[in-house]
Amino acid sequence: MHVQLFGTCLVNTFFPGVGEAVVRIFNRFGVEFSFPKEQTCCGQPAYNAGYIPEAKGAAEHFISAFGGSNDLIVTPSGSCAAMVKHHYPELFRDDPVKLQAAEQVAGRVYELSQFLVNVLKVHETDLTGSGRVTYHSSCHLTRTLGATQEPLALIQALRGVEFVPMPDATRCCGFGGLFMAKLPEISMAIADDKAESIIATGADTVTGCDCGCLMNIADALGKRGSSVKVKHIAELVAEGL
Amino acid sequence: MNRQTSLDFRTNAASAIKDAALRKAMRNATDTFGTKRTVAMESVDFSALREKASAIRMEVLDNLPAYIAHFTTQATQAGANVHRAADAAAANSIIADILRSNNVRMVAKGKSMISEETHLNAHLEKEGFEIVETDLGEYIIQLEGETPSHIIVPAIHKNRQQVGRLFADRLGVDYSEDPQVLTKIARRVLREKFLTADAGISGANFALADSGSLVIFTNEGNGRMVTSVPPLHIAILSIEKILPSLADLPTFMRLLPRSATGQMITSYVSILTGNRKAGDATGARELHIVLLDNGRSGILKGDCREILKCIRCGACMNVCPVYRTVGGHAYGWTYPGPMGIVLTTLLTGMAASHPLVDASTLCGACNDACPVKVPLQEMILRQRIRRVSEGFSPASVSMGMHLFGLAVKSPLLFSTGERLAGRFWSVLRSAGGENVAGRLPLPTKLPFSRRMP
Repeated sequence: MHVQLFGTCLVNTFFPGVGEAVVRIFNRFGVEFSFPKEQTCCGQPAYNAGYIPEAKGAAEHFISAFGGSNDLIVTPSGSCAAMVKHHYPELFRDDPVKLQAAEQVAGRVYELSQFLVNVLKVHETDLTGSGRVTYHSSCHLTRTLGATQEPLALIQALRGVEFVPMPDATRCCGFGGLFMAKLPEISMAIADDKAESIIATGADTVTGCDCGCLMNIADALGKRGSSVKVKHIAELVAEGL
Repeated sequence: MNRQTSLDFRTNAASAIKDAALRKAMRNATDTFGTKRTVAMESVDFSALREKASAIRMEVLDNLPAYIAHFTTQATQAGANVHRAADAAAANSIIADILRSNNVRMVAKGKSMISEETHLNAHLEKEGFEIVETDLGEYIIQLEGETPSHIIVPAIHKNRQQVGRLFADRLGVDYSEDPQVLTKIARRVLREKFLTADAGISGANFALADSGSLVIFTNEGNGRMVTSVPPLHIAILSIEKILPSLADLPTFMRLLPRSATGQMITSYVSILTGNRKAGDATGARELHIVLLDNGRSGILKGDCREILKCIRCGACMNVCPVYRTVGGHAYGWTYPGPMGIVLTTLLTGMAASHPLVDASTLCGACNDACPVKVPLQEMILRQRIRRVSEGFSPASVSMGMHLFGLAVKSPLLFSTGERLAGRFWSVLRSAGGENVAGRLPLPTKLPFSRRMP
């Protein structure tokens, strides 16, 4: 199998380790991949802020960077996958030619856990891990992509890991992209509630599928002086390979 | 009176967050509603029911002028006087005129968010009428001089200790924080008002076109007292509250209480048709119905018309991470939470409300909770687009987005941008803990893209 890897701008700038974990998983399961060099950002910051021409520009660039292929596009972010899968077609709904190209790309994009579980069936192989792990079900992954089961299937497949569910796991962590910059007081208060839920589980690690949310959660846990480790699901899976 | 405005949303919210009692009260109440709602929904097929409810509401909106005309004819035939009010001022003056011509001195009032929207109480008090709110929550905030902070639980932001102190202060009773004792005190005071009021003013949850009836859901029974004890009853409601027929009501009887308070059904469901006739056991002798537009006909023509499907259950705010953290007053107008962001920006205009469009993480919990499938998340996005096109987005954001738009099309520019941001990260971080950089980790020295072959 050959796929295209969309790293995302957060992985590129802040969390290269998450990208490298994805690469290790691909290598372990014999997934060949290319990393289209023209890739930048999916355009979600502009889309969510109401800047449609800028979002369209980002989408067109993405479509050309990943176009000319029928490979699946895999990305370690529920939010970016949701942008491409659901919002690109909306952006071009009045332009039949561009809409077709947007739908072609949208049909190929997979969030990492969806790819690992639904396509590769990685959860049916022998995976290992350790410790008590809880899971934050990020918003766009859960509600826009509908990936409610795949991350859980992965975590529960890790032999040696004790999964401890978090109450209100699907409640927003307060990241919201630019929301954290525009309304930092509210963002931090919501994140603090999330940190409280995480700590109450008694888990030593919290995982999730979106670097933005995990970054926000890590900040809130740090402010509480918590020792709970924050790991992207790619890192969690890659550790036991 | 809280004088917060929508323009000050961030400051309002920041001070609400520092109010520990408010945050605890909000968390307790929204969590309780959430749990009860989940349990109550187990006894119905929520997704089928909301499809049906949404279709009924949409059909009404698609034919609203005809439904208003039909409702008006039927209600008039049943003995009501139906008035159309183009805006808040018109509604308030119609009501003041009716009260004056009936020599009314004191009004017992049932819960009505539309009357909050028109600032009816303030208008009538200025005209010399005494207005007593009779819903317990509304009574509490009236005593406190506040506005509702939730559309169905107006005093959601208050705890029982605060209510106990308020009653002791204003009513001269002994302090108690026992909800039963406090409720009994309110009942004693309000009973007297029901019996002596010259008029009752209420809202309505729905209006039925085929019979000209008003439908009121309440838990405290005050709705029945207000609409049937005084000789004069005035109902104020907005034009979109119509349902085609009584046959459509059961769908909403199942959905509204479940979505709102997590109840299977409210304690009272009143269906009022016309005024009291000779031989009737109950009802006001004179009934007036004021149908308020106040910008809704305009909304109906736009791309957010589906917000008018809203049945005012409050489910979207109960699940909203922002609302449950900051409470309702921070939003600065009548309606808070996700539906409030959409309605406030549409009804009061971007100039008066644009910061509200940021008051969402776009988490989508509201979309999932809405019993009539209003696409709130998409509408908040549409209002963000409108903010940009109407010129209310801050210049710094527009500049940033313009640069982003250029850089995103060029890997070279984009990585230069990332490197530049990394270079100045330490400066940004030292500027204080609340800015973005202070909450993000340090950028990597070697971006992922450069680690790739």
